[in-house]
Amino acid sequence: MVTIRHWAVRHARGLERFYRGFAQLLARLDPLWRRLGYSRLEAPVARVEHAVKGLLFDCRMCGHCVLSDTGMSCPMNCPKQLRNGPCGGVRANGHCEVEPDMKCVWVEAWEGSQRMRHGDRIHAVQLPVDHGQQGSSSWLRVARELSHDADPSPVQR
Amino acid sequence: MKFEDEPVPGYSLPILPGHVSPGRLERVLRAGKFAVTTEIDPPDSADPAEVLKRAAIFDGYVDAINATDGSGAHCHMSSVGVCSLLTRVGYATILQMSCRDRNRIAMQGEILGAAAMGACNVLCLTGDGVQAGDHPQAKPVFDLDSMSLLEIARAMRDECRFQSGRRIDLPPRVFLGAAENPFVPPIDWRPHRLAKKVAAGAQFIQTQYCFDIERMRDFMLKVNDLGLLEGPDRVFILVGLGPLASARSARWIRDNVPGVHIPDAVITRLEGSSDQKREGKNLCMDLLHQVRDIPGVSGAHLMAYRQEHSVAEIIETTGVLEGRVPWYPGRDNPAERNPESMEAEAVQGHSVTDAT
Repeated sequence: MVTIRHWAVRHARGLERFYRGFAQLLARLDPLWRRLGYSRLEAPVARVEHAVKGLLFDCRMCGHCVLSDTGMSCPMNCPKQLRNGPCGGVRANGHCEVEPDMKCVWVEAWEGSQRMRHGDRIHAVQLPVDHGQQGSSSWLRVARELSHDADPSPVQR
Repeated sequence: MKFEDEPVPGYSLPILPGHVSPGRLERVLRAGKFAVTTEIDPPDSADPAEVLKRAAIFDGYVDAINATDGSGAHCHMSSVGVCSLLTRVGYATILQMSCRDRNRIAMQGEILGAAAMGACNVLCLTGDGVQAGDHPQAKPVFDLDSMSLLEIARAMRDECRFQSGRRIDLPPRVFLGAAENPFVPPIDWRPHRLAKKVAAGAQFIQTQYCFDIERMRDFMLKVNDLGLLEGPDRVFILVGLGPLASARSARWIRDNVPGVHIPDAVITRLEGSSDQKREGKNLCMDLLHQVRDIPGVSGAHLMAYRQEHSVAEIIETTGVLEGRVPWYPGRDNPAERNPESMEAEAVQGHSVTDAT
């Protein structure tokens, strides 16, 4: 929903803080996730993640969440799915070239990043999406990566 | 005046120290000359002669020719096809690659193929959306964006590997370029976005059409402040320019071509003229003069769609090449002439008359 999406960008700073805490919590619970089994958790967590992030950000479950680097504006909502900033076709009113009624996802990302403490992360070059991760949970990936899990096998890539 | 080390068609020049490509564009830019590039209108045809004919229009006026890649999401001869035909007779080409139509497997293969065919420059583009073209029903691919394409191309060249990590035996020696549009929102992000492109591997930039010199100046100041115009990894900026055919066409472009910013003052100036086409060219020449004087600008990229013949006049009149005549097939050796050039035709016509 576009209205909620806009709300998320307006509250990028608060969400950023929440997200950092949440990521740390996920990482701390790594032993629990391991005991339950990352692969067993994948489907239910992905469903919850889709519901929450779908509502807040119109999340497309790319499996490679970069929201905290992009001003809490999900780049997968860009019709060209650009991951590194706006194309050259942004309209003078800041709207999208492809969908004239929609504000450019990256104009929003820039505004959101200005509100964030670590907004300069928008300047980092993002790697291309690994399409094999489509539909997988970014939360579990973050939990695994932050806790330096040595065994990356549970999720099929 | 000639530029040193001109090519023998079909053979690569040696790569100079500090250069990444054997191409002439990189040489001209690194030597600090004001470079001029243009773009060829690719034919809706499989006729090779048509490509050579369209390139010959620019003989002696440009340092490299962009082969567009389905520009405006319209179908034309492919950029690899155009580049291959042009490099065969020695033209310096810039291969445009848009992320709209191919995935990373196709694009990496194409970079190798184009480099093997003698293309020394690759311009990495996002590409217009399919809605802008003649096949709006097509599937937009956008597997990569221009930034990740740059990074992948750079790794292919400098680290001899595909994105998968698999090794490349002989890397593509290409000078990497990207586009930037300093004239559309978010304006204050645009210089930083350029910095990001440079970090991803861009070595030259061709901008969108510039009709707003103040915005261009501001942009260049900020680009300079970010330190992007210094050092071995510096970027060369070529400003996009082109003649407008009339006030009406300017309005149409403004409303229908994504990303082109034309201030009202420009349209008023055209409207006030009795010969709007002439005035469009004059405006382009005025802008070219002004652009040349902006500190840090390395050249101009002339996009004269359907007015390709005016490129020669614009370059000639403004004298931006300062007497330099960029190499073209036949400049030094008539035997190497582009068979479709006017000169070649004139000579042929002459010999036929002689024989009869």
